[in-house]
Amino acid sequence: MQILDGLGLSPASLSQLMPMHIGLCPQGRILSLGRTLAHLLQGQDPIGKAFLDVFSLRRPAGLHSAKDLQNLPGQRLQICLRDREKTEPLRGLAVPTAQGGLLINLSFGIRLIEAVRQHALTDADFAPTDLAIEMLYLVEVKNAVMQELRRLNLSLQGAKVAAEEQALTDTLTGLRNRRALEARLPSLLAQGVDFGLMHIDLDFFKQVNDTLGHAAGDHVLRHVAQSLTIETRSSDLVARVGGDEFVVVLPGLSGKERLGQIAQRIIDRVSQPVEFEGKLCRVSASIGLTLSTGYGATEADRMIADADAALYASKHAGRAQARFFSALG
Amino acid sequence: MHGLINRSLQCFLRDTYGVTVWAQIASAAGVGVEGFEPLLTYDDSITETLVATAALHLNRPRDTVLEDLGTYLVSHDNLQSLRRLLRFGGVSFVDFLHSMEDLPEHGRLGLPDLDLPDFTLIEQGQGAFRLYVTPMIAGTGHVMVGLLRAMADDYGALVLLEHGGQDQGREVISVHLLDKNHADGRRFDLAAAER
Repeated sequence: MQILDGLGLSPASLSQLMPMHIGLCPQGRILSLGRTLAHLLQGQDPIGKAFLDVFSLRRPAGLHSAKDLQNLPGQRLQICLRDREKTEPLRGLAVPTAQGGLLINLSFGIRLIEAVRQHALTDADFAPTDLAIEMLYLVEVKNAVMQELRRLNLSLQGAKVAAEEQALTDTLTGLRNRRALEARLPSLLAQGVDFGLMHIDLDFFKQVNDTLGHAAGDHVLRHVAQSLTIETRSSDLVARVGGDEFVVVLPGLSGKERLGQIAQRIIDRVSQPVEFEGKLCRVSASIGLTLSTGYGATEADRMIADADAALYASKHAGRAQARFFSALG
Repeated sequence: MHGLINRSLQCFLRDTYGVTVWAQIASAAGVGVEGFEPLLTYDDSITETLVATAALHLNRPRDTVLEDLGTYLVSHDNLQSLRRLLRFGGVSFVDFLHSMEDLPEHGRLGLPDLDLPDFTLIEQGQGAFRLYVTPMIAGTGHVMVGLLRAMADDYGALVLLEHGGQDQGREVISVHLLDKNHADGRRFDLAAAER
């Protein structure tokens, strides 16, 4: 009681104002203890015991006697409960009293949430002036908002992926479109990857459209798309770039023989008649090929133009065949 | 109107009446079935249209729909985080009533652009209070009646609540606290369960 004479505060009043205070006499014994600290001590009665028997100082270090405690005022303190030194330290401040003792006030600091959970603290364990409850509230608000943000980000990310996919897809056939080709070619050339490129144009497609109608034409285009997918690898780019024009890019394939075989298989497959509503649709394919070797990083357009030239050579030579651009030379 | 408010309406209709009914109301109100994003802002008229459409479609008075919304916000399992945030308002129902005046500020701590109704609480003695609400849409007070009733349950308090109509542009709710320890109420731990 003596330490409080100046203000005339009882330990009970002091405990209400500072539920985590420790009042010490000049000999370093505990005179008064806030009710929340008492709760943390789980039934021990520390009144009258030496401060250093109940608590240990982590900061400042090296204080072992009651006399050393006179050095505490003005320093940042980190204090642990003596029997539970592995728990997180409390932080605080000590001030000297008129009687030569000390008044120490402690707080959980940033480890508040863990402490509330560990010691099952309630609203009554904090002074009404303490912002601890507001901090707990804020943490929950923050978590709720973060959770919503994460959900929103995931859904936007999903929508973005879907929109990009849609922007690069030909809606009729599900193949890639010209935009996808124009995005991929320059990057392949820039990376210096060897690849083959086929420009495919259907033969007799106009006749199918004119005699059997657009629905039959669309059916044939979907069928051709399927054939191209079957005859290529999943890493190849297969794009529909015009009404009945397709481009296939085959990364890693630059051997004329192998590319020629693939082109022939495509022609064979596309040339098989397709049934649509009881009628047979017959088309075939003419193909122009070129190899990426010999084109610079910015020459995607020239590469396509060369494949196009080879394609028209195939058409002029009687359709349903494949030619390499370099073969024209 | 903040997306959070539209979103709560959406979740209330979906969780209470089912996905199909929500889809029908959303479609009739001209809202996509995916509804609202809680962190975006929408035109105020959308909220009004949605409430009016819901009342019409459910064939229930608008005030009842709004009051049910208020009850839902506190008592539904999907919104336990909101119930917890409200419980931070105080250790007793009376504490909580007083904390209503700070509600807009509490809301803005989390979402700076969140507009909530303004509240003024007048204590009349002997457990009687009048709570004035500045409406965001007509009938906001009915949402508060539902919410306060559910919160009283949560605290275990027995209260009489009544919407007292309008007073100079504000809606008035009369609160009579009959017994602050009527039942045990629901447990509230300061620290949320660990995720």
